[in-house]
Amino acid sequence: MADVEAVVFEIVAQQAHVEPSALHRTTEISSLKLESLDIVEIIFEIEERFDISLLYNANEASSTGGGSFQTVGEVVDYVAKHVDQPSGRKP
Amino acid sequence: MNRVAITGIGVISALGQNTRAMSTALKSGKSAIGPLTVIPTGELLVKIGAEVSDFDPLAHFDQKRLTLLDRCAQFALVAAREAISASGLNFHGELGTRSAAIVGSGVGGMSTLDDNFRRLYAEGAKRFHPITIPKMMISAAVSHITMENGIKGPAFNVASACASANHAIGIAYQMVRAGTVNVAVAGGTESVFTLGTLKAWEAMRILAFDTCRPFSRGRMGLVLGEGAGMFVLENFEHANARGAEIFGEIAGFGMSSDAGDIVLPSLDGAASAMRACLADCGMAPEAFDHINAHGTGTTMNDVTESRAIRAVFGGHADRLSVSATKSLHGHALGAAGAIELAATILAMRGGFTPPTANFIERDPDCDLDYVPNVTRNAQINMAMSNSFAFGGLNAVLAVHR
Repeated sequence: MADVEAVVFEIVAQQAHVEPSALHRTTEISSLKLESLDIVEIIFEIEERFDISLLYNANEASSTGGGSFQTVGEVVDYVAKHVDQPSGRKP
Repeated sequence: MNRVAITGIGVISALGQNTRAMSTALKSGKSAIGPLTVIPTGELLVKIGAEVSDFDPLAHFDQKRLTLLDRCAQFALVAAREAISASGLNFHGELGTRSAAIVGSGVGGMSTLDDNFRRLYAEGAKRFHPITIPKMMISAAVSHITMENGIKGPAFNVASACASANHAIGIAYQMVRAGTVNVAVAGGTESVFTLGTLKAWEAMRILAFDTCRPFSRGRMGLVLGEGAGMFVLENFEHANARGAEIFGEIAGFGMSSDAGDIVLPSLDGAASAMRACLADCGMAPEAFDHINAHGTGTTMNDVTESRAIRAVFGGHADRLSVSATKSLHGHALGAAGAIELAATILAMRGGFTPPTANFIERDPDCDLDYVPNVTRNAQINMAMSNSFAFGGLNAVLAVHR
């Protein structure tokens, strides 16, 4: 779980052009000024890194631009669930 | 300036392999989206599309000719044959040098490319078939149309992603209007059902898993389609002088560029293209009664397009029927504008308004009349057909009876 968190922080930080140390589990996705394509790229990077498949659809994303994820911690939890149990559907 | 008549229409799409079949299917309002069968879907997450079902290339071309023709060129030729046959024109002779052929296609011969790359990378092929390049090149379809018909004037392919066909038809319209040529065969063709292409589309995360529901709440994205639409655009006097049947008239064409984002649509860009089209027509917004929307079924497009229509048409927007026929024939990308212009003219001639299928319930952010689910018996007299491409390339055609 700690590993997943570190990797997700690294991927999100890189896409958001911030230092991983600037991210916390409670960091709001909407505060990171990510565009919809950034979220899609984050999902792709996560899939590649963990060799999992996530059925994410950008059209389900909320108008905040953060998908159905509100915080970085929610992304970590979501990925952790799928790392244990490969190939799953978005919550 | 010459008036520009449409004296021939040809179409092949998931709604049928000619205009008669398409008109019937369009009027029935039944979506042709379904499980993909032309390629194996085992490695795909999205397993639906709007295919040209039961297409038999050998019914149209002999085996020797087929060696030269990617599926997208086959579609282009089938549609061009129908359109040219309907026009009654023969380009062999002087008319050939006074005629143009302009085809829109977003990507060209993807089946050819995909098949060959698979052979090379996965199956250890040592060499390609010698016709691979002339078969896959994006301009192959238009070349075959000129060769088959003896069209010897200006001829080229237009590539502007999902606006390719509208750009092609629009430029052809301008050339006939300006007197550069007397006749132009113009339209769009696309065939993207290959494993490689679909994996790339899947990666964008904007394809719907269920179906295409433009402007509806619960829409989950676009559904890819394939096919071609072709038109014979003819100098109005030229058409009249020979007593040709006139299917409609191109009334105007507007273009714009968002100069914004490579994928996100822009309200200003879309509105600007529709305004340019209105100005080109020299018509008030009130002259229009229908729009064939770009209406892809993505969250972003449908809201942006609805707002753009309202921005351009003001209060009259509430009196427009706005149909997204991609819900019926899928998103045929570079061919989309041609198939949708065909849908618009067939509806005009049939005295009906095609529905936006698969509509569940109203989205508060999309507040126009989308003709949800049920075909209307209503006469369309003047319509716009919108195409707004990735990368912000917008092209809008206007047509009247």
